Amino acid sequence: MTAMLSTSLPRADGDAATPRRFLSRASIPDIVFSRLATSAGVITVSIMLAVGLFLSLRASTALQTVGWSFLTEQQWSPETHTFGVAAVLFGTVTIAVIALVVSVPLSIGTALLLSEVATGRLRGLLVTLVDLMAAVPSIVFGLWGVYFLQGNIIPVAKWISIWFGWVPFFAVTDAQGQPFTEASAFTSSAFIAGIVVGMMVVPTQTSIMREAFARAPIGEREGAYALGSTRWGMIRAVVLPFGKGGIIGGIMLGLGRALGETIAVYMIISPIFVINWQVLKTGTNSVSALIALRYGEASEFGLSALMAAGLVLFLLTLVINFTASSIVARSRSGAESDD
Amino acid sequence: MTDVTELLPIDPDTFRPATRMPDPGDTPRGARRNVRGMTARQHFDLIGAAVAGASLATLLFGWFAPLSGAIGWVVVAFVSFLGLYVLLVSLDADLQEVIDRLTAVLFASAGVVLFGALAFIVVYTLTRGLDALTHTNFFTQTMQFAGPLDPLTTGGIIHAIVGTLIQIAIALAIAVPLGIGTAVFLNEVGGRFARFVRTVSDAMTALPSIVAGLFVYAAVIQGVTHERSGLAAGIAITVMMLPIIIRSADVVLRLVPGNLREASYGLGASRWRTVWHVVLPTARSGLVTSVILGTARGIGETSPVLLTSGVTAAMNTNPLSGPMISLPLQVFDFVRSPEPSMVARGFGAAAVLLVLVLGLFMLARTLGGRAPGDLSARQRRAVQAASRRDVQRFAARHAPAAVAQPTLPDAPARATQGDPS
Repeated sequence: MTAMLSTSLPRADGDAATPRRFLSRASIPDIVFSRLATSAGVITVSIMLAVGLFLSLRASTALQTVGWSFLTEQQWSPETHTFGVAAVLFGTVTIAVIALVVSVPLSIGTALLLSEVATGRLRGLLVTLVDLMAAVPSIVFGLWGVYFLQGNIIPVAKWISIWFGWVPFFAVTDAQGQPFTEASAFTSSAFIAGIVVGMMVVPTQTSIMREAFARAPIGEREGAYALGSTRWGMIRAVVLPFGKGGIIGGIMLGLGRALGETIAVYMIISPIFVINWQVLKTGTNSVSALIALRYGEASEFGLSALMAAGLVLFLLTLVINFTASSIVARSRSGAESDD
Repeated sequence: MTDVTELLPIDPDTFRPATRMPDPGDTPRGARRNVRGMTARQHFDLIGAAVAGASLATLLFGWFAPLSGAIGWVVVAFVSFLGLYVLLVSLDADLQEVIDRLTAVLFASAGVVLFGALAFIVVYTLTRGLDALTHTNFFTQTMQFAGPLDPLTTGGIIHAIVGTLIQIAIALAIAVPLGIGTAVFLNEVGGRFARFVRTVSDAMTALPSIVAGLFVYAAVIQGVTHERSGLAAGIAITVMMLPIIIRSADVVLRLVPGNLREASYGLGASRWRTVWHVVLPTARSGLVTSVILGTARGIGETSPVLLTSGVTAAMNTNPLSGPMISLPLQVFDFVRSPEPSMVARGFGAAAVLLVLVLGLFMLARTLGGRAPGDLSARQRRAVQAASRRDVQRFAARHAPAAVAQPTLPDAPARATQGDPS
C-alpha cells in the first residue's frame, strides 16, 4: 500500500542526495533595472521626507519662541513675537465646514443619480463631466466666485441674516451689536469662500461615492426589488449601507482638499486676524491665504512662523487624508458590508 | 492535409461575440416591457409642477413680497416646485411612491445644479474672455510695453504661455521618470521599503500646494538661487505632481494581470525584459492617462507658482535666471488690477488656461480610460491578424507540403474553408 503512494525517484549514481539549488544569479541588466527602480523610490522618498523635515526644522525656531500659545494666539505679528494660528485656523475650518455643507448634499445626490438613476451613454457622459470638473483650475473657480457669485449671493446672505439672525453665527452685527443691512457688510465673507470651495470639492467627493455605490452587490439590490421595494427603498436598504464607507471617505477627502485650497479663498476673502463667528460678515482668513499674503515681506523669523502655520495645516490634512483612505479601503474589503 | 484554419477554434474574420437567445419554439413572445420609463401622466406632473413653481416664484418676486435677486428666485421656485410636485403625485399614488418620486427628483436636481454650475463656469469664463481673445495680438505680444490703461489692442500673454510650457516641461522631465520609476519599484521590486515608499507618497498627496510652494521658496530660492526663476517654479510643480503621478501609475500597474508576468517569466524572460516588454506596454494607456491628468493639475496650480516664479511682463525663456510668469499666475496678476481692460485680459488668459486643461483632459480620455489588456476594436483586429499570421507561419514550418498549395496570404481562412480536399 505505502509503496504505491510514495513517489519513486530514479536512483542517481554517486552522491546525488543533495537537491539541486535553484538559486540563479541575476543578469547584469536585471541588476541595473532593480537598482534603477530602487533609486527612483529612494529619490522620491528623500524629496518627500526633505519637505517634511525642512518644514519641521524651520518651523521649530518659531514654535520654540512662542510655545503652546501658537495654537491660542489670534494675532499674527512675528516681529513682536506675538503670533498664533487660532484665528487663521478657525477661518480655515469655517470655510471648510461651509464647503462641506454645500458639497455633501450635492455630491451624494449626484453620486446616486450617476449610480442608480442614469443609465447607458448618459451615465458615461456624466461621469466624464464630473472628472472634467475636477480638472478645472482653482483660479477659474476663484474668478467665477469674485466676479459672478459675490454679486449674486449677497441678497441671499442678507436674507439669511435677517430671518435667521437669531442663530448666533448667521447674525451680522457691528461692534455695538446692531444688525448691519448694507451690502458692503456681506462681501468677502467665509460664506462666499465656502460656497466656491464647496463647488471645487464636489467632483472629488462624487467620484469616490459613486464608486462605492456602484459596488453594492447586485443580489441584494434585486432582493430588495423582489420584496416589493421602490427604488428609494432599495437605495436606503442596500446602496447607502454598503456605500457608507465611501460616503465618509469621500467627505473627508473633500475636507482635506477644502482645508488646503489657497488661491480661490485668497481672491475672495478680506483677511482679518480675529476669530469671526459671523460667517456671513466680511472678513475671515485661512492658513494658506495667510502664507500667500505674508511670505514676501517675511523676515527669516517671519518665514519660520509661516512654516509653523503651514506645518499645522499639513498635519491636519494628513490626519484627515489617512483616516479617509483607511475608511475607504476598509469599506472596499467588505468589512463593513454586513450591517 | 493540414488546413491552417483547423488550428483556430473560431473563424476570426466572421466571429462577433453576441448573446444567443434560446429558440422559443411556438411560445408567443410579448412586447418588451419598459420598466424604467415614465407615463404621460408622470411627465405632466413634472412639467406642471415646474411651470407652477416658476410662476409662483415670479409672482412672489414681482408683486407680493419684497424679495429680489436671481439666486433667491431660483431657490423659491425650486422649493415651490418640490411642494407642488409632491402634491400632484400624491393625487394618485401612495406614500411610498411619493417618496420615491421625490427622491428621484432630488437626485436629478443635485445633478442639474452640479453640471449646470460646471457648464456655467466654463461658459462664463469663455464669454468674458472673448473680449481679449478676439484680438490676435493677445496671442503674439507680451505685456512689456502695455500698461494697465492701454486698450486690448496692445499687449498679450505669449510670455505667460511660453512660461507655462517651460515650467511644465521641467516638471514633467523630473516627475515622469521619477514617478513611473517609483511606481515600477512599488509593484515590481517590492519589499518592506516599497511599503514605506507607498505610505510616504500617499501622505504627500495631502500636502497643501501652498506649503509645497513655501518649501521651494525657503529651500531653493532663499537657500540656493537667491532669485525667483522658472526652474524653482518647475520644482514646486514637480513636488505637487509627483505624488499624483505615483499614485495613479501605481494603481494602473497593479491592474496588470499577474498571469501575463508569469507567462513572460515562464518563457524565460528576465525581470527587466518582463517589465519593459510586458508590464509597461500592457499598462501604456493608463500610464499616459495618469501623466496627462497630473499635467492638467500641475498646469492649473497657482499657489506654488505664486511663491516661486515671480511676476514679469516680459518674455523670459531662460528658466535659470529671472522671473518667469505662467498662465494661472498671469490671471491672478491681471485681476488684481481694478482696470476693466486688465480684468478682460485676466479672463482671456483664464479662458486660454481652461481650454489647455480641458484639451489635455480630453486627450487623456481618448488615449486612456481602458483597463490594461482591454483593447479597442481596432487593436483587437490587429491582434487577431497577428495571431493568424503566427498560426500560418507555424503551420508552414511544420508541414511544408501544405504551403505548396497555392493559398493566397490575404484571404487564407475563407478561401480554404470550403475546400473539399
